[in-house]
Amino acid sequence: MTGSTAPPVRGTVLEARGLHIEFGARGGAVARAVDGVDLRVAAGEIVALVGESGSGKTTLARALIGLERPSAGEVFLDNAPLDRSTQGLRAFRRRVQLVLQDPAGALNPRHTVYESVAEGIRLHGLAASDPERRTEADLVAAALSAAGLRPPERLYLRYPHELSGGQRQRVLIAGALAMAPQLLVADEPVSSLDASIRGEVLALLLALRRDLGLGVLVVTHDLGLAWNIADRIAVMYLGRIVESGPTEEVLREPTHPYTRALLSVVPEIERIEPVVLTGEVPDPTHIPSGCRFHPRCPALADGTAATRGIEDACRREPLEVLPVSTGHDVACHLVRSRP
Amino acid sequence: MSHLLRLEDVSVTYRTGAGDVPAVRGVDLAVDAGQIVGLAGESGCGKSTLAATILRLQPPNARVAGRVLFEGEDVQTMRWGDLRALRWAGASMVFQGALHSLNPVQRVGQQIAEPIRLHEAGVTDQRVDGRVAELLGQVGLPATRARSYPHQLSGGQRQRVMIAMALACRPRLIVADEPTTALDVMVQAQVLRVLHDLVDDLDVGMLMISHDLSVLAELCDRITVMYAGRVVEQGPARQVFADPLHPYSGALSASFPRIGDPAARFAPAGLPGDPPDPAALPAGCSFHPRCPRRFDACDGVVPELRAEGPGRAAACLLVGAP
Repeated sequence: MTGSTAPPVRGTVLEARGLHIEFGARGGAVARAVDGVDLRVAAGEIVALVGESGSGKTTLARALIGLERPSAGEVFLDNAPLDRSTQGLRAFRRRVQLVLQDPAGALNPRHTVYESVAEGIRLHGLAASDPERRTEADLVAAALSAAGLRPPERLYLRYPHELSGGQRQRVLIAGALAMAPQLLVADEPVSSLDASIRGEVLALLLALRRDLGLGVLVVTHDLGLAWNIADRIAVMYLGRIVESGPTEEVLREPTHPYTRALLSVVPEIERIEPVVLTGEVPDPTHIPSGCRFHPRCPALADGTAATRGIEDACRREPLEVLPVSTGHDVACHLVRSRP
Repeated sequence: MSHLLRLEDVSVTYRTGAGDVPAVRGVDLAVDAGQIVGLAGESGCGKSTLAATILRLQPPNARVAGRVLFEGEDVQTMRWGDLRALRWAGASMVFQGALHSLNPVQRVGQQIAEPIRLHEAGVTDQRVDGRVAELLGQVGLPATRARSYPHQLSGGQRQRVMIAMALACRPRLIVADEPTTALDVMVQAQVLRVLHDLVDDLDVGMLMISHDLSVLAELCDRITVMYAGRVVEQGPARQVFADPLHPYSGALSASFPRIGDPAARFAPAGLPGDPPDPAALPAGCSFHPRCPRRFDACDGVVPELRAEGPGRAAACLLVGAP
């Protein structure tokens, strides 16, 4: 890609280790939004963090960019715990950038495209410290080009309402790219976009990985998105990752009953019998005992667990936190008891 | 045979200070009782404008041509009293974004009860409560939910309440505009199941509008695909999704990958460019500037909707040509 904002970076690793995030809820209750998570995303890879509303995936993503303070555990960048001083967070956020969903709401309607992208460049004094002595306008142009908005000058003076949804999302990504980050955390980057634009934005994320060596953590409820772009996938349920592994393995051979249910309801033509779970993700102030999924688990409801003699374990024995690994891991008593 | 809803050559033109803007151009469509018809297309393609004409809810600066027939009566020309009856009990709408459509300071049971009380003068409280409980049951919510305020409900529960409200006066037609767009995949599956069961059990007709062709393929009997105000393809739902005739339907279909399909792996399918400005439509086929299969004639000829196989039609020079 021409006009790239940074040479390929290798090796940067962002990690959550034993991360817990609690919120005070009404009546003194404690909501355990993130309840023990190990997760890693490295430069050059795309990881999809998948779950329903209420799974804690957005809280986890916010913690990974230093917007939430964990109650236990820590976020590590290249094996160093996150420095939460003002200076430390400033330096951290240049390397790890957030891309928000809903580009219509995330862009300031009174700022031109140029202003929106230049804001971060000014805040961080990037033009003054640029090793190639590029001006602010050079950096803005490079970021817009890298986000696929070419020629960039044509968009400088446009306001958000004059752009299409896809262009707005690209401007947001350009704002992140202007910082020359090594990692992006993208929260539902295409969920508010029209169908035909969705593919274009996903292709851009793939191009950024290929050309700039960026790592991307994509937070989404869309399993099709994961199949389109992610190397690895982590499925989150009620504050924990319940299944993780290479995307091909997890989506072709889902093992956790929750992952299987999620996959079964993706609208498609040829597929497995849909398992429509009743209810929604429970309240994180009352995480069920044993396996947290057991009250909704189809394998418990249909007697599979009883036949295997693990019903009691499902209801009472907690499962361990899944480790960060390159393999396919599942937190489920059914899988552990497999003969 | 008379259809529950029949649109005949419907066009909608907005009159603006900058001139006339054609939003819908010559659409034909039919919905029968017990049938779900999908209307697919993206922002600005005219699908919501078209839906508004069904209840004569289009804005004052919109000029409607053609006929919108509900049970054989033209909605656009019927007397005010008949229109009122239609809006009360003939047809109802379910919109996306249930959070903004519900009154935040009123219990949802009262909101569902309101049209029942207005519709059936002198109805007893007991009858109303019973009917509210029945409606909540039809959308899969416990009757105790009647006492909840909207903020106490999840997004999926609120959307169910919206559907219960739409059913309150026993309509024969439901127009659902992106009813599951903001919902998670599991909750979407729950709401789609509710809609499907309602059509089966109550024998109502449904027009479901969405940009998600995979959802429509799952739920609908037939699909109509719109682009830039015109119908570009019509046919049985699964065929339109699995084997689209028009290149635009093909792009819509491909944008939702089949999980497990190696061809979609690291290859998200997109469509370059943006939909055209209705005030400045391209010459010839409106889709030609973005079309991956365009050829010389495409910018000169406006393709007609032509039949191609049983129950199928597409407006593309590549389809149905001799």
